[in-house]
Amino acid sequence: MINVIAAASAAVAASGAEGEEMPSVLAVPIDELIIGIIAFLIVFGGLAKFALPNIKRTLAERADAIEGGIERAAKAEAEAKDLAEQYRAQLAAAREEASAIRTQAQADRSAIIEEARSEARAAAQQVTAQADAQLSADRSQATSQLTRQIGEMSVTLAGKIVGQSLTDDARVRQTVEDFIADLERQAEGTSQGSAQQ
Amino acid sequence: MSLNNVVASGGLDCHLNSGCGFPAPGAEIFLFDDIASLTIGNLEFHVTKVTVLLFLIVFAILAFFIYAFRKPKLVPRGAQNVGEMGYLFIRDGIARDTIGKDGDRFVPFLFSFFFLVWLSNFMGIVPFAQIPVTSLFAIPVAFALIVYITWVPIGIYRQGFGGFFKNLLFPPGVPKAMYVLLAPLEFLSNLIVRPATHAIRLFANMFAGHLLIATFSIAAFYLLSASVIGLLGSAASFTVAIALTGFEALIQALQAYIFTLLAAVYIAGALHPEH
Repeated sequence: MINVIAAASAAVAASGAEGEEMPSVLAVPIDELIIGIIAFLIVFGGLAKFALPNIKRTLAERADAIEGGIERAAKAEAEAKDLAEQYRAQLAAAREEASAIRTQAQADRSAIIEEARSEARAAAQQVTAQADAQLSADRSQATSQLTRQIGEMSVTLAGKIVGQSLTDDARVRQTVEDFIADLERQAEGTSQGSAQQ
Repeated sequence: MSLNNVVASGGLDCHLNSGCGFPAPGAEIFLFDDIASLTIGNLEFHVTKVTVLLFLIVFAILAFFIYAFRKPKLVPRGAQNVGEMGYLFIRDGIARDTIGKDGDRFVPFLFSFFFLVWLSNFMGIVPFAQIPVTSLFAIPVAFALIVYITWVPIGIYRQGFGGFFKNLLFPPGVPKAMYVLLAPLEFLSNLIVRPATHAIRLFANMFAGHLLIATFSIAAFYLLSASVIGLLGSAASFTVAIALTGFEALIQALQAYIFTLLAAVYIAGALHPEH
């Protein structure tokens, strides 16, 4: 740089030596200085007032928009997380409920089965009791029928053996009836004995 | 190296073997005749090609950026996109990087400097303009002066009058005896050499670059004559002039960046003396 200035000075000196008087290139005329300062002030004033505030504001808005976007995304994420949490809670509740229902159903089922069983047992007992009653009725009927037939057959047999008809004889009938009553008593004694068993 | 300059340097007939020495360009290529002059008070303002270019630049910068940022959209397109690139380059690349968090306040200041200096430099390779506005020494001096009278008051305001000079002249971490030597040096370096180099660095780069391009352009014209050596030399000079023009385009942007970055560094030093 110093060389350049030296060269410039030499050039000035050389041109001066040619005879013509020339102002130095390193001279600073006050009017040019003022023109330079005015030029800067116009540019500075114009830009600072009319151009740069606009772009500064726009850049700030852009930064805001970008940061706002990030903020919105974060908010949406938090919301989604909340929602997921809520769903998860609901899901857990539903699962619990389902399990409770299942337990209840199991309890209900055993209760129902128990009930059905006891009902069936009662029905079976009833049927058995009826059958027993029927059976004993049938037996007593059969017994009495049998007794009567035996009586008749015995009489018939005895008549045949004795050779005379005892059928219409009242006395004989009385004897037979006594005999049968005696038989019945005996039979009752046996049936009571078997019932007790 | 407009035609006028070539004529001024030796005339259109001045070629190799025409009995005419090489008309090396000198300081005269940086001096322009008045187009008009204006007297305010007892000060005469000279309107030359350079001043006209300077105000064309001022107009172009204002027109472009006011147009580009007239109704900025969140999703930029067209001119706003280009303008935004410039804005973010200054804000993030210079203001925030150098000054820090409170650098945003200085973006308009640095932004104005960068584009004013860059376009002023750029005039050196614009056809028909072909003179860097900043090769007129008063212009870089004016710019450096504005930076100087910005950062010194900021420093005094932020650190107090005593604090500002104490931080400037007595850097910490030095043996006390050394301050006898150091304080005058720091004074010279920070308050006198700093603004001077700030202006001279920009001026000298543009001045030298323009002189180089002019020299090779004139050489290409001068050597254009009916001889093999002359034609070869002319072609070589022409090629070098073109290459230097490309190189200058780089230097112009770089010097504008350096000027703006240094302005930011000085302001940062005034705001945060501990760095």
